[in-house]
Amino acid sequence: MISIEALNHAAGTTQILHDITLTIPRGGLTALIGPNGAGKSTLLNLIAAQADVQSGRISVDDLDVATTPRTQLAQRMAVVAQRSDIASRLTVGDLVEFGRWPHSKGRLTPYDRAIASHALEVFDLTNLSHRFLDEISGGQRQRAFVAMAYTQQTDWLMLDEPLNNLDIRHARGLMGELARLVREENRSIVIVLHDLNHAAAWADHVVALDAGRVAFSGAPDQVLTAEALSTLYNAPIQTHMIDGRKVILHHR
Amino acid sequence: MPNMRIVLLAVLLVIFSATFLIWGLSGRIWFILELRAVKLSALIVVGCAVGVSTVLFQTISGNRILTPSIMGFDALFILIQTMLVFMLGGFGYTQLPQLAVFGGEIAAMVLASLALFTLIHRRSRHDLQMLILVGVIFGLMFRSMASFLQRVMDPSEFAVVQGAMFASFGGIDRVELLLAGTTIMLLSVGILRWASLCDVVALGRGPAQSLGVNYNAVERRLLIVITVLVSCATALVGPITFLGLLAASLAHALMRTHRHILLLPAAAMIAAIILVAGQALFERVLGLQSTLAVVVEFAGGVLFLILLIQGKIR
Repeated sequence: MISIEALNHAAGTTQILHDITLTIPRGGLTALIGPNGAGKSTLLNLIAAQADVQSGRISVDDLDVATTPRTQLAQRMAVVAQRSDIASRLTVGDLVEFGRWPHSKGRLTPYDRAIASHALEVFDLTNLSHRFLDEISGGQRQRAFVAMAYTQQTDWLMLDEPLNNLDIRHARGLMGELARLVREENRSIVIVLHDLNHAAAWADHVVALDAGRVAFSGAPDQVLTAEALSTLYNAPIQTHMIDGRKVILHHR
Repeated sequence: MPNMRIVLLAVLLVIFSATFLIWGLSGRIWFILELRAVKLSALIVVGCAVGVSTVLFQTISGNRILTPSIMGFDALFILIQTMLVFMLGGFGYTQLPQLAVFGGEIAAMVLASLALFTLIHRRSRHDLQMLILVGVIFGLMFRSMASFLQRVMDPSEFAVVQGAMFASFGGIDRVELLLAGTTIMLLSVGILRWASLCDVVALGRGPAQSLGVNYNAVERRLLIVITVLVSCATALVGPITFLGLLAASLAHALMRTHRHILLLPAAAMIAAIILVAGQALFERVLGLQSTLAVVVEFAGGVLFLILLIQGKIR
């Protein structure tokens, strides 16, 4: 369980998060939704120890994020950032193997390599493993970063808009794989999503942020209502049930 | 096989070194050999410092076209020389205890950089770009101050300063060589223990942190290593960092890997080979006309452009 208490965060003079108190359940797929600038990425980065906590407290299971050594956190939690520009000239295979660093510290065992090559397979990257990162498409690179985090084999997986640049097949495949990790391997996943239909289809828990505050949170079936979403995004949004699934319409 | 390429570089370095030692040897053989051996050792340790420090600097800055010289080390070195000559006069300068000047220069360069790092890290954390920018500005300031002093000083004293403004491997002091050489070699070999950590740091702050690297601490330590390497090399022979960009690019082009365990030795050996070859050319073919910098920059620059056009450097 991730528990966040009285979290405030400011960038310069702009207050980004206002007094957030929130718990994210273990063993589920939690979607963070909300309009641009709501503070979703900031919250995810703070949980993932990518930025320093200014005031308040965040703990992941029993570990306080601010005080736990990074080496220990990295064995508990993997992160996929929204943008990752890498200066070194790496192949996809090299990048994915870096996911084993927290465990192997650069000395890969056959077991580490097996996990990395399994990750390549899972994310449909085996054919690309010898290609350089600057020679593949944005979506393929995105999948490579997810595969690296997957290779870290942590209890918690934090993803910031992993569906960016992904085509329909790979977006669906990625969400399905994440849902499988939750279901079969008892992992916990926090994911920032813009596609509400993916949130409705796959998430076990939804947290909506609006202007740095929690607007609502709960099970998707209950909280993803037309009124709540219309208010959240300040745009007319309808929900319909089709074949027993909630479908969210907002295009015109 | 990248390892074969490291072996190839080592063989090349040995061949060039041997050629440097025995080319045109005549007369008092042992005396000349000894002089050349001192010069050769200086060329190799300086090459090592330049190659290693540039690769490390490019790794933490995530930028393949930077070298530590952008931080104004050369400028500070020249300013120190100019001020000493200005205050003591050309004759007084030559009377100074060399070793004290040498130690003082290293201390000044290391302290100035540490002050800069601490200042920046306290003011705006996580911002290497800011550090580099401030370094550039200080470098410009040092350079302007030095050139102002050079303008107002006596022409004969200016000639003394000018001698210190270009890297020179003539008349290397043996004690200095021993001190700087030992420090450089210890650091360069020691840093190989962090080679795989450097691989992760090269991924950038975000990915490295998420893999459990305490990025700030590692970045600070690497900056200190870079500073000491550059300061030792500069105090020993003068401003030489022009070579770094060339050596690092060639190392990346030749090794085609992200692994620092291969990149660092490759860059060190490439820089050493270029220096040894350049010095040999400069002494034996050009008859000590022009400077080593001109030889290295011209020959190296042409090689760099050829590789760039062929698409070997990217």
